[in-house]
Amino acid sequence: MATTELTSNNPRSDITPQANTPKIVCKDVWKVFGDKAARFLAGHPSKPSYDELTEAGLIGAVRDVSLKIHQSEIFVIMGLSGSGKSTLVRCMSRLIEPTTGEIIFDGLDLLKIKAKDLIEIRRHKMGMVFQHFALLPHLTVVENVAFPLEVQGVDRATRESSVLEIIELVGLKGRENYYPRHLSGGQQQRVGIARSLAVKPEIWFLDEPFSALDPLIRREMQDEFLRLQNLLRKTIVFITHDFDEAIRLADRIAIMKDGAVIQIGTPEELVLSPANDHVAEFTREIPRPKVLSVSAIMTPPDDRATCVGSVPADWKIEALVARVFEQDEPLAVTDTEDKVIGQVSRDAVLDVLINKRTPK
Amino acid sequence: MKAGPSDLMGRLFGRRRWLIFWMTALAFTVGLFFFRDIAPWAVEYPRAWVVPLKFWVSDFMKWLINEADLGLFTFKEFTRSISWVLNWFLVTAHGIFAGGAKIPLNGDAFFQIAPISWVALISVLVLSAYWIRDIGLSILVGCCFLYLAVFGRWESAMVTLSSIVVAVPLGVAGGLLLAVISYRHPWFGKAISPVLDLMQTVPVFAYLVPVLFLFGFGPVAAMTATLIYAVPPMVRCTLVALEQVSTEIVEFGRMTGCSRRQLMWKVMIPAARPTLLVGLNQVIMLSLNMVIIASMIGAGGLGYDVLHALRRLAIGEGVEAGVAITLLAIALDRLSQAYAVKRPVQMEKGLGFIRSHPHLLTALAIIVILSVIGFFIPAISHYPKNLTITTGDFWEKMITWININFFDIIDGTKAWLLIHILIPVKRFLIALPWMGVVGLLGLAGMQLGGWRLSLLVSLLAAFIALTGNWEKAMITTYLIGISVFVASVIGMPLGVWAAASNRVHRVIQVVIDTLQTLPAFVYLIPVVMLFRVGDFSAMIAVVAYSLVPVIRYTDHGIRQVPPAMIEAATVSGCTRRQILWKVKLPLAIPEIMLGVNQTIMLGLSMLVITALVGTRDLGQEVYIALTKADTGRGLVAGLCVAFIAIISDRLIMAWSMERKKLLGLS
Repeated sequence: MATTELTSNNPRSDITPQANTPKIVCKDVWKVFGDKAARFLAGHPSKPSYDELTEAGLIGAVRDVSLKIHQSEIFVIMGLSGSGKSTLVRCMSRLIEPTTGEIIFDGLDLLKIKAKDLIEIRRHKMGMVFQHFALLPHLTVVENVAFPLEVQGVDRATRESSVLEIIELVGLKGRENYYPRHLSGGQQQRVGIARSLAVKPEIWFLDEPFSALDPLIRREMQDEFLRLQNLLRKTIVFITHDFDEAIRLADRIAIMKDGAVIQIGTPEELVLSPANDHVAEFTREIPRPKVLSVSAIMTPPDDRATCVGSVPADWKIEALVARVFEQDEPLAVTDTEDKVIGQVSRDAVLDVLINKRTPK
Repeated sequence: MKAGPSDLMGRLFGRRRWLIFWMTALAFTVGLFFFRDIAPWAVEYPRAWVVPLKFWVSDFMKWLINEADLGLFTFKEFTRSISWVLNWFLVTAHGIFAGGAKIPLNGDAFFQIAPISWVALISVLVLSAYWIRDIGLSILVGCCFLYLAVFGRWESAMVTLSSIVVAVPLGVAGGLLLAVISYRHPWFGKAISPVLDLMQTVPVFAYLVPVLFLFGFGPVAAMTATLIYAVPPMVRCTLVALEQVSTEIVEFGRMTGCSRRQLMWKVMIPAARPTLLVGLNQVIMLSLNMVIIASMIGAGGLGYDVLHALRRLAIGEGVEAGVAITLLAIALDRLSQAYAVKRPVQMEKGLGFIRSHPHLLTALAIIVILSVIGFFIPAISHYPKNLTITTGDFWEKMITWININFFDIIDGTKAWLLIHILIPVKRFLIALPWMGVVGLLGLAGMQLGGWRLSLLVSLLAAFIALTGNWEKAMITTYLIGISVFVASVIGMPLGVWAAASNRVHRVIQVVIDTLQTLPAFVYLIPVVMLFRVGDFSAMIAVVAYSLVPVIRYTDHGIRQVPPAMIEAATVSGCTRRQILWKVKLPLAIPEIMLGVNQTIMLGLSMLVITALVGTRDLGQEVYIALTKADTGRGLVAGLCVAFIAIISDRLIMAWSMERKKLLGLS
């Protein structure tokens, strides 16, 4: 493939122009499990807390979530088990009916449309990857991948030839006629990914897609995933309980706890200014040089110092470590138009490396 | 203890309280017995109080047959049209396997088509066994079917097989359909659940009569009875299978935009395939079991051979026909089990029909070619009569020899057991005041499962008294009780032994798997030959038939005790004996009791069949009703048998579940 390397020091700045068109908007979404949950919510004077709900014998799986997911971004929802992240993503596709709220998809309120229209949207615009792959055991790889087309009524020859390309894209060429049980976990999830892409969806839900895989394979699949996204530019909602994974993949992260979204931001924002102790707890062990960009530690341009060379402001610190240590002079920091907007010294980088303090 | 409302129960009925309740109830029962002059009606249910339910049922049946009108057609026309369709299937299957067909030409001339040739059928089955599993299964299946031909049982076996070939697809389709509806509409599932319970527990003989009235005499009635018996496990199996489909797979189906129908038939049913095929295996085995019994009402086949031989005391012939049933059962069971675990293998795409269906086409070719050859060489189409052999003489002589040499021992044992154990227990149970028993059952229900269970078991028990079947029910209870006791005494040690050693486990597994495939009827043959008729013979047959679950569940229960607990016990210095008695058995007891429960269920179904060897219990009542074609009497007595089964099932299940919860095993 053209771009095989796509790590965090190569920011996807090229997507920013469209980034402001929301693809999915959640407005005040609640999902409360239990008898007469809707009535309890309606009758409650304000927004009930998790504990208040529990006291009433209800489970507040999703509480008052409002967020916007932009065109072509990787939006990661991160939380521990039981935090409501899976329920939230299922509310977005109406696999689970929210108790109240609005889910707006391309300007259309999903909760108000008819079952038939919902089926149409799911058939053509949504794809989903599952934690345990959810492959159909009686179908071969190619039949599994072509299944979404079969459901739409596409005839066998057409659908099976049209998915060959996507099967090749996920690296399963040559295994088209294998049954899932003959594949490794990583390969099975590749089938799951190919299948979810078969209808060329506009929005791609991934529910902990790599959690069931071994660490090494997981890493490989994450790279593969980024490679695919670089090609396909889908709008992605990615669920994970692994903060490292979230940092690695996300454009933006929403952190959930007890059904509520605590904070939404880029990885850098979360690391720089965690909203509360819970978030700080996650960010503590994160290697800062990978997350922080040069702009976070740069100082205003100082005319007295002589800068040797320059770096773009949105590079990650990790990328300039070697250069900073090769020379004594600071580096100039430039913005996208190559204008010098600041400078970065060896000491500042060193502080980040040894985790001395959180830079402001 | 449990949470919520039962907390109150816990306080009201603490352990000590329960003891007081039980003492009171026992004292009450004993009191009733000793002061029976004061309230004789509480001891022995008065004849005058019997609710004439059986007459009402019979009258209703008469009305249904003679007068019930559904508007466009009468009820009887409705059932008879069903039987016409079923009959068409049966005649076709019978023609293919057993009778052949006549194609009329001009005038009186006709062209005779032979049934499927024995060589062809055996070849196809052997090849299928090879395709499905391996050469071992081929040999097994081949030998089983060769036996049928060589011992002259081919035609009867084909009659039986043709019934199964019709019953199984109908049973599977019906079960699948009912289960799918139940899955979609839980209220429907709740509504049919008790009906399924009754279909499984009411003895077959009890509904043969109404079925005969509605569907007419002959193979169709037998087929209907078979379906009633074989469908419930398929429904249950399918429901379990559907519920076991992982949520992710269902969510995937919905996300793909499946309609409800696509979701069910393209996603859930295929994903549930392995469990569904277990259901298929059950339907096959139950149908076979039933087809054998149904041969009494004119279905013919292997069951009829056995019955005929038993009536003439033709021991050798009976044994040979019994072995034929056994082998047919084993072959069908192993084939269907192998098919259930088989997974599809990859094949190249785009091969066209001929190359992608090699097995089907080979099989068809074999059948066609051999049929043509059979037209010229009769020995291919029908196994030559003069080549059949029989071991009848040998069996005859062996039984005679046993009876001559061991008569004293057998008879002595039998008499001693009858006089010292069987009869006293029977007298004791009959003498129990019915009201006391109902009360004690209710109390047990209350303690084990709360007031709902209590109400259920007391009402069911009271039904038995109300319909005037109390004494017969007590005889049933006595026979079952003793048989289950004996089965447990034999089975539990075997289970413990099998759990202790993998080698023993494997051997016992093969033996009990085989025992479990045998139709109930087969067990009667040796019993009657050695012990003649009566309670003792019935007991032996019931023990033999119902032994398997106790062994299986004991073995399984002990094996599933968490290894960590055994290690903990070993580290604490327990001897092997202490580990068994203080760790393994207490933890395995809930599971073992489930086995006992199964044993009771199997025992009850066998007990009804032992009516043929002369008992005096509810089974006999059902059988008499069958011979007199008395719908009401048979159904009511059948319901009583079912209720005994349900009472013991619910009580034991409640106990076992509670116990498992307490032990943290569930």
